[in-house]
Amino acid sequence: MIVLENVVKSYPNGVGAINGISLHIERGEFVFVVGDSGSGKSTLIKLLLKELEPTEGTIRVNGVLLNRLKKKAIPKYRRKVGCVFQDFRLLKDRNVYENVAFAQRVVATPTREIKKNVPAMLSLVGLAEKYRSYPRQLSGGEQQRVALARALVNSPDILLADEPTGNLDPKTSREIMKLLEEINARGTTVLVVTHDQAIVNTLKKRVIRVQKGIITGDEKESGYIG
Amino acid sequence: MRLSTIGYCFGQGLKNIWRNKLFSLASMATMAACIFMFGLFFCIVQNFQYFVKEAEEGVAVTVLFEEGTTEEEILSIGEDLTKREGVTEVVYVSAEEAWASYQEIYFEGNEELAEAFVDDNPLANSANLEIYMKDVALQDDLVEYIESIENVRKVNRSDQVADMLTGFNRLVSYVSVAIIVLLLAVSTFLISNTVATGISVRREEIAIMRLIGAKNSFIKMPFLIEGIIIGLFGSALPLGILYYLYNRIIAYVAAEFNMLTSVMSFISANELFRTLLPVGLILGVGIGFFGSVFTSQRHLKV
Repeated sequence: MIVLENVVKSYPNGVGAINGISLHIERGEFVFVVGDSGSGKSTLIKLLLKELEPTEGTIRVNGVLLNRLKKKAIPKYRRKVGCVFQDFRLLKDRNVYENVAFAQRVVATPTREIKKNVPAMLSLVGLAEKYRSYPRQLSGGEQQRVALARALVNSPDILLADEPTGNLDPKTSREIMKLLEEINARGTTVLVVTHDQAIVNTLKKRVIRVQKGIITGDEKESGYIG
Repeated sequence: MRLSTIGYCFGQGLKNIWRNKLFSLASMATMAACIFMFGLFFCIVQNFQYFVKEAEEGVAVTVLFEEGTTEEEILSIGEDLTKREGVTEVVYVSAEEAWASYQEIYFEGNEELAEAFVDDNPLANSANLEIYMKDVALQDDLVEYIESIENVRKVNRSDQVADMLTGFNRLVSYVSVAIIVLLLAVSTFLISNTVATGISVRREEIAIMRLIGAKNSFIKMPFLIEGIIIGLFGSALPLGILYYLYNRIIAYVAAEFNMLTSVMSFISANELFRTLLPVGLILGVGIGFFGSVFTSQRHLKV
């Protein structure tokens, strides 16, 4: 599903964010990528979203070789890769329903489909009752649920989560992670970038440790082990 | 692109305008001012050209013939000249008519003086042809041709009047084009600024759109619609005002300046706006559209 081979990413100032990573993630896996700030975790997410180009090496996602992906084909590729972020990135001037429906509008889903899919997705994340609320009226956890619903409404094959619990208290973090497990159980490959030790230790999933742009550990059913 | 997507983008375009009320209003006002000025110059230039055309049609070349040329010969030349390009009318003026016309002008009030010539027409050899043309620019060719005809003694032309009218017409057109181009450049700049502000306000939303797989066209569409709407309203409003004002001014001039209307006539508002309305609307919408296209091209690199 996700294959990285000898990937290097250096920024124009010469700083190397990723210094030769090779990685295989199978379809339906749940993977944590852990590491300190500046270790290259977020760069990895950006490379997988094709926001950045690797300096060296190849990245293949879902059979698509990202190095050769033309600009015009990027939107179509991103529709199959859902993503959530620490800062939720919701549209503040739109309510919960509109925020989720927005993702469907972007991909030109017919209105009658949107009317069916959005409530179903809001039920999945437990926000069916709050569909008319605006982001400012929601807690951090609820906002992240909306972001998750938005990321999943187009049925992506992969879900990338960049520090999804970074702004949440431990209880809410656990709820979000439980939700991510449920999503994974439905067949979506989930890759979570985090430095939340408690979460990683609780879930006992595959953990890939990154330090200074290289993989220093890759274990199944592991804990954080800094 | 689906109809529902176009509808959604249209709604977003309207929202953009509403969110940037002040900028949008400023753009619409500038666009309105530009189209108003454009319309005003258009009215002036069109009316002036209409006036010049009428004046040009009144400009005649007079052909005088050698002594002994018969009336039949002159009429035959006249018939030949009517077939020439640009000639609208050829009038035969006999020696008697020429003398009668002369008397009217120069012996008015002293008719008894003219009686001295009663049996001796001093303009006996002045039978001539007056040739009227629709385009002064063709006069040179015509005069050259006439001078080459046998029996033609002299050709009186109205070069000076013609040149002056054509020159002045050209000057008015050039000045108008220069002013209009300047104004259109200003409105394009302002629309571009409004769209750029809209893009900067919606930067976060655009970034999210990109992340969830929005195509370039979907991201740009609301901004194009915004530009088109600003252009449409910014041009329709001044054209409406101009139509109203033009009718009022014509009616006022007709009522208050009878003398002027006997010398020159105005194009009717309906005739003028048959061209001005589509040109003005296309110009407004076009500036809005292209202003947005260039700006979004520059600020929305995906």
